[in-house]
Order: sequence, then C-alpha cells, then structure tokens
Amino acid sequence: MNVTRGFTGRPRVRNDGLPPGQYDAGDDWPVLSAEVTPDLAPEEWTFTVDGLVAEPRTWTWDEAHALPPSAYEGDIHCVTSWSKFGVRFGGVSLDAFLDTVRPAPEATHVVAFSHTGYTANLPLADLTGGRAWIVWEYGDGPLPAEHGGPARLIVPHLYFWKSVKWIAGLRFLDHDEPGFWEQNGYHHRGNPWEEQRYSGD
Amino acid sequence: MTETTLSATDSTPSAGFTPPTRFAVPGRISVNNLTAATWQRATLTDVRRETPHAATFRFAVPDWEGHLPGQHLMLRLRAEDGYVAQRHYSIASPPDDTGHIELTLDHVDGGEVSGWFHTVAKPGDEVEVRGPLSGFFAWPGDRPALLVGAGSGVVPLMSMVRHHRARGLSLPLRLLVSARSPEELIYASEYGAETTPVFTRTAPEGVPVGRVSAAHVAALLADRPEGGWEAYVCGSNGFAEHASRLLVDAGQPVDRIRIERFG
Ligand SMILES: Cc1cc2nc3c(=O)[nH]c(=O)nc-3n(C[C@H](O)[C@H](O)[C@H](O)COP(=O)(O)OP(=O)(O)OC[C@H]3O[C@@H](n4cnc5c(N)ncnc54)[C@H](O)[C@@H]3O)c2cc1C
Repeated sequence: MNVTRGFTGRPRVRNDGLPPGQYDAGDDWPVLSAEVTPDLAPEEWTFTVDGLVAEPRTWTWDEAHALPPSAYEGDIHCVTSWSKFGVRFGGVSLDAFLDTVRPAPEATHVVAFSHTGYTANLPLADLTGGRAWIVWEYGDGPLPAEHGGPARLIVPHLYFWKSVKWIAGLRFLDHDEPGFWEQNGYHHRGNPWEEQRYSGD
Repeated sequence: MTETTLSATDSTPSAGFTPPTRFAVPGRISVNNLTAATWQRATLTDVRRETPHAATFRFAVPDWEGHLPGQHLMLRLRAEDGYVAQRHYSIASPPDDTGHIELTLDHVDGGEVSGWFHTVAKPGDEVEVRGPLSGFFAWPGDRPALLVGAGSGVVPLMSMVRHHRARGLSLPLRLLVSARSPEELIYASEYGAETTPVFTRTAPEGVPVGRVSAAHVAALLADRPEGGWEAYVCGSNGFAEHASRLLVDAGQPVDRIRIERFG
C-alpha cells in the first residue's frame, strides 16, 4: 500500500496491546448497535441454552446470579478500529452454564442471539475454557443498556460484534451458520490479531 | 449496475436460525464478500465545502462495483513509518454516479483522519477504500422511507434522497434533519419539499429553536403510506437514542427502524 501524502497520524507511543489497524479510544466507549436499544428489565431477562445439548435450560436473572461470580479484566477490540484497554466486566463464566447443559459431542458451532433479534456465530472452541462470559457489571456499576445491559455476552479475544448485547441465548449446532454482521460481509471468526474484519480477510 | 452486484431482497438473506423475539431486524441486501474484502485505490478529484466544519470529497474509484444508498465503506491512510489509520465513512453519492463516490466528512477536533482530509488533502491525492459494507442500513428504493438524521448523520440519508431523485421514484420519502444552525446544515441548498430541517441552537427568523421532538415525529407518522414506513436513523449515539425512542413511542414498529451510529 502506498504512503498517503502528508499523513503522519497523531504522535503515538508504541503499544504492544494494540492489534493491527486499531487505535486506542481512551475513555470513549463508542456505541454501534444497529437496532433500537431495548427497554429490558432484569426481571424480564432470561438466558437460554438449547440446540445440540444434553439438557437445554433457561436461567432467570436470579438463577444466573446464583452461579459462581467471575470477571474479565483486560482489553476489547471493535472492528470499527477502536480498542479499549483495562476494562472490567463482572458476571459469570460461560463455562458455568455449559457445565449444566453439557454440549453434545457433535456440536461444533454456536449461534448467540439477543433479545432484539441480533445474531452472531461462534465456533464452540471460542466460548469454552474461561474465554467467554455473561456479564451484567461494567466497572463498579451495572452494565448500561446501550452497551447491552442488563446482560451481554463477552468474548474479548474476538472483535466485539461477537459479544452479543442483550444476550438471550445460545443455540448449539453441528455446522457454522453466519449471524447478522457475517451475512452483511463481516468475517466469520473475527480475530483482531489476524485482522479478520471482512469476509475474505 | 447496482442490481448486478447486490441482490435486493425483501427478507432475511439466509433462511437460517431466526431468534424468537419481537425486535428482530432483517438485513436488506446481501453484501458481495469479495468487494467487502478488497482494497481499492481512490483518487481525490474534487473538494466541495458544505459548511464551516464539513466538506464533500469526491473520488474516482474506477473499479467501484456500485453500492446501495445508505451503505458505508472503510477508508485507510498510511504514514511514512507504516502506521495505518482506518475509519468508516458513509457514502454520500447515489449509486448511479458510475466510477465515482463522494464522502462528506465533519472536521473532528484533533481527529486523525478527518484532520488530514480537512487540512492536507487536495485533488490528486490517493487513499484506499474497501466496500461497500453492510446490507442492513441500505435502502434499495423499494419501500416508503422515513429518514431522520443529525449533523453528518445526514450523509447516508442524502444518498437515499439523491437516489430517489435521480431515478424519479414516486414512492414516499421524508427527511427530518437536525443541525445546530442554518450555517451548519449540510447539503442545505439541495433539500426540497421532502425535508424538514430542525435547528438546535440558532434558526432563521420565525423558525423555532429546539431538538427533534415528538411533534415532528408524530406529524410524519400521521402521514402513513400504504405498508408503513421503513425508518432510517443516523447520527451520534446520543441522537440515535433520542430519535429512535421518539419513533418507538410514536408507534413505529421496532423491527422497521434501522440505526447507523457514528460511534
Ligand atoms: C458506519 C459509520 C459511518 C460513518 N460515516 C461518517 C460520515 O459519513 N461522515 C463523518 O464525518 N463521520 C462518519 N463516521 C465517523 C468516522 O468514522 C470517524 O469516527 C470520524 O471521522 C473521526 O475520525 P478521526 O480520525 O478524524 O478522529 P479520531 O482520531 O478517531 O478522534 C476522534 C476524537 O477522539 C479524540 N482523540 C482520540 N484519540 C486521541 C489522542 N490520542 N489524542 C488526542 N485526541 C484523541 C480526538 O480529538 C477526537 O475528538 C462514521 C462512523 C461509522 C461507524
């Protein structure tokens, strides 16, 4: 690629935590949902895991909160090029839910879906082993509605469109099925370190 | 041209799993994965000032395969030391402007990419773009469209208005556009009877100052075309939240509201 005449970028310090093509958004936390922010009270929120699992199950807000607490502290990366460092999300590790439902051996992929109708596909391997959470806290407070509150999925090692806001459930499948943005040209996996932004990257 | 690269559909692109909720929002078109993934050279051919803080940048992109009004692209700039900055920009021009696209950029204070455009860029300069992206915030011109935008959020909506005009479409189209003042209203000279401007800080004599309100939205929704409106809301997140709430409160179905937030 050619150098852009007269473009220097702003002065920057080397940051090894920044995946290629990303910039540090600092204190900003942009909102990029395509739909109307839902008015979803915690009492109305449910989380269902079904499809290819031994025991499909739905958790209420209180039932989910009864699981052992777990937090993610680290960085997040959005495909629109911003990254945010040292954030804290509190909730429950997804492993705690999966221990109960027991995914079937033939399950390879998952469609995560929201209470708004948004979907994202994920390989099962990206969701297990302490790499994904259902969270309801951001920093010291409740997760704000425009950022997915009362509860969202977070899969911080992938671009953030995979971290479904207003999470309603996961459906286990034996094949990969593109979700909302994947049908709109985005990459199926979305690894920020390999810059998998769009289909074909 | 557009029809050959992007197939307009009336429903969800794939017949896959649809979550059981009342909010579900289907995409409008399927995106060509190859053009979404390929960087192309874009040569700046013209710069037009729109307002003190916004200008339109016209590019020749010979291999551009077309887009639908409302879509955006990814643009990147590269520094001598290899540093790359990339940002999303909505496409302002209509699809029929073959081989050319236009972007309208706000000059963001301290902004890396918009700063380069507003202070350095001149005709002849080259940048790279990939796209068009997103089949969601796209309007093929097939349904009555209610457009609500603020600031540079009017950019993808203007592509829809221009498309409507260029093709002489007869289906209803309305634009509600918010700006701080008449001087800050992007594309001011191009609006016609379809447009209601709203001014938040200063307005011309006799025009009230204020935000987009329930009354504005109610007036548009009262004028309901057959089949109802497809609503497109674009602007800052704060504006998108405000305007989409007003639409929902006024009875616009949530699954017929599409939002583009500029971050
Ligand atoms: C889908 C989509 C479509 C869009 N369409 C348009 C469009 O049509 N027109 C348009 O104008 N915009 C559009 N945007 C917004 C656009 O992508 C950019 O965010 C915008 O142009 C600002 O980019 P920038 O590089 O100029 O600013 P940035 O460099 O990203 O800075 C943004 C702000 O953060 C501050 N900042 C960040 N980091 C630092 C730092 N290290 N030091 C100092 N200050 C800092 C800057 O001062 C500035 O206020 C769109 C966004 C999306 C997601």
